[in-house]
Amino acid sequence: MTATDVAREATAPGPMAPRPYRVVARRQDTHDTATLDLIPLYGEQTRWRSGQFMMLYAFGVGEIAVSISGGALPGEPLRHTIRDVGAVSHALVTSRVGDVIGVRGPFGTSWDAMDAVGGDLMFIAGGIGLAPLRPSILEAVRRRGEFRHVILLYGSRPGEGFLFTDEIEDWERNHGFTVRQGVRAGLAEMTSREEFDPLRTLTLACGPDIMMEVAAKTLVGKGVPGEKVRLSMERSMHCGIGLCGHCQLREAFLCVDGPVFSYDQLVPLLATEEL
Amino acid sequence: MRTMGLAGLDELVEALGRAGYEVFGPRVRDGAMVLAPISGVADLPRGVGDTQDAAHYRLRDRGDERLFGYATAVQGLKQVLFPSHELLWRARKTPIGFDVEEADATPPKPRAFLGARDCDLRALAVHDTVLASREYADKPYQQRRDGVFVVAVTCADPGGTCFCVSQGGSPKPQAGFDLSLTELLDDDGHRFLVEVGSERGAQILAEVSTAEAVAADTDAADALVATATASMGRTLDTEGLHDVMFASADSPHWDTVASRCLACTNCTLVCPTCFCTSVEDTTDLAMTTTERHRVWDSCFGARFSYIHGGVVRESGSSRYRQWITHKLAGYQDQFGLSGCVGCGRCITWCPAAIDITAEAAALRASLPATEEDLQTVGETR
Repeated sequence: MTATDVAREATAPGPMAPRPYRVVARRQDTHDTATLDLIPLYGEQTRWRSGQFMMLYAFGVGEIAVSISGGALPGEPLRHTIRDVGAVSHALVTSRVGDVIGVRGPFGTSWDAMDAVGGDLMFIAGGIGLAPLRPSILEAVRRRGEFRHVILLYGSRPGEGFLFTDEIEDWERNHGFTVRQGVRAGLAEMTSREEFDPLRTLTLACGPDIMMEVAAKTLVGKGVPGEKVRLSMERSMHCGIGLCGHCQLREAFLCVDGPVFSYDQLVPLLATEEL
Repeated sequence: MRTMGLAGLDELVEALGRAGYEVFGPRVRDGAMVLAPISGVADLPRGVGDTQDAAHYRLRDRGDERLFGYATAVQGLKQVLFPSHELLWRARKTPIGFDVEEADATPPKPRAFLGARDCDLRALAVHDTVLASREYADKPYQQRRDGVFVVAVTCADPGGTCFCVSQGGSPKPQAGFDLSLTELLDDDGHRFLVEVGSERGAQILAEVSTAEAVAADTDAADALVATATASMGRTLDTEGLHDVMFASADSPHWDTVASRCLACTNCTLVCPTCFCTSVEDTTDLAMTTTERHRVWDSCFGARFSYIHGGVVRESGSSRYRQWITHKLAGYQDQFGLSGCVGCGRCITWCPAAIDITAEAAALRASLPATEEDLQTVGETR
């Protein structure tokens, strides 16, 4: 290390200090959900992988964990799709272009959708769960030729609305995605198709625990290996770096061991209520 | 090995002071043994012991001159090295956004701890692993931890809730000290057998009047340790305990604990290894300056597992299960060690007298007997 490196090390912000980012674009997705594009006020844009999350800070209000919903290619703005469900998410959703919010991260594990190359890739999304899947969906769009079938099953609660509807239409029309509304019915249809190959299907799911668990059980029941079903778990995350203890699920720190887990890792952890 | 008298102990505290340390030691406050700054032997308790049992703690007059005649102080070193409340950073609004300034937790003087028990040092080792050995380290903890000097003292009179021996500990400090003392009080006088644990320890000890230890001293110390080892107030059967805890996830026993547990968080506050924290933001009225403070949190709190729409661990039984399962099993998967050092504080300070050793035994007793059955229960649930 040179003297400059040492000085940089000493002054580098720790993982608990947010970096200021400016909101450069905002889109209202549904009545309670908005997407923000962010660029750092100072320094280089951070790099991230599909499936990771950031801790977003609304000045003077507080901080929450939010998955990245934008592409992970260099040069892309940091994009988050946020649902207004509490004080901090409300402050973030109602922020305007030009506002500055704090960002820490990226944290956690990634989807690694490219593991499905040569086979089928299935996305299962419940509600806002489509947002964390979007970076991998964009990857699949970009490298569509490397997969056989690409399937999107998307359900949402009544009144919740649907995200990214223009894009979904584009994925279906122009990129050969098989899209079904409703997870349970879609899954029944997809797994009974003649071309369904349980050993060549990688599934990435994000939504309520119960939706993911039912989907995973169905797939495993149809012969899909547990390690080829990946779920993104949500628990209370405060620090994002495995220190504060809030997001523990038995021996797992969801923020560093997850949020993306394969179903075989989760079987014992999902079996007990309130674990 | 060397020995020193009471005057030597005073010289030791002085030498630490000259070397720049702020010295902490046991002191009596509000009817309890606490860790606080000291300036010499005069500040230490004399002839004070303790009586500890489930939901019971009293200081007692030992009728002798022992300075370290109690079992454990109310809290370990955690309150100093990982305090219950601290500032993480301060942010100020600027014309274009905001600037963040991180707090520096480095103490003005490095700390020396006199009287640390083996359980305290093993808890410190747990925190070193949890907070400072993984991908992300806890910066304020490291800033406080760096340069700490430890003068450990053998536990001569373990309490009624102690079970360190079950958890691989010993009344005699094993590791993690710069100097380790064993207090001897017999016909040969009041003196301390001194063991050196580090180069720094040797340097400090060189400034203190000591004498070569004789066989009578080491024999007396060995006898004291043997007696203390045999007088643990509690035991914990650790054989296969990790699997017992995981296999007990759906045990009906949790409801019987929950019917007694007040979810008061006392156990997590006195536990020397509990490390869960939360953050609190305070902002001035003009909304221009805001501070982020870190505070201890507890898995017994209702909001601990809150995510939008609800709380993951709603019931008291699920919260107790989280705490004890994490201590006795989860830690092993996460960090390769037990989260319990056997200090017994959670038993002493539980107002409902809930006893971690008794609950673990009850869970074990409620499970099928053979190991194969345990495995099956754990996996097919």
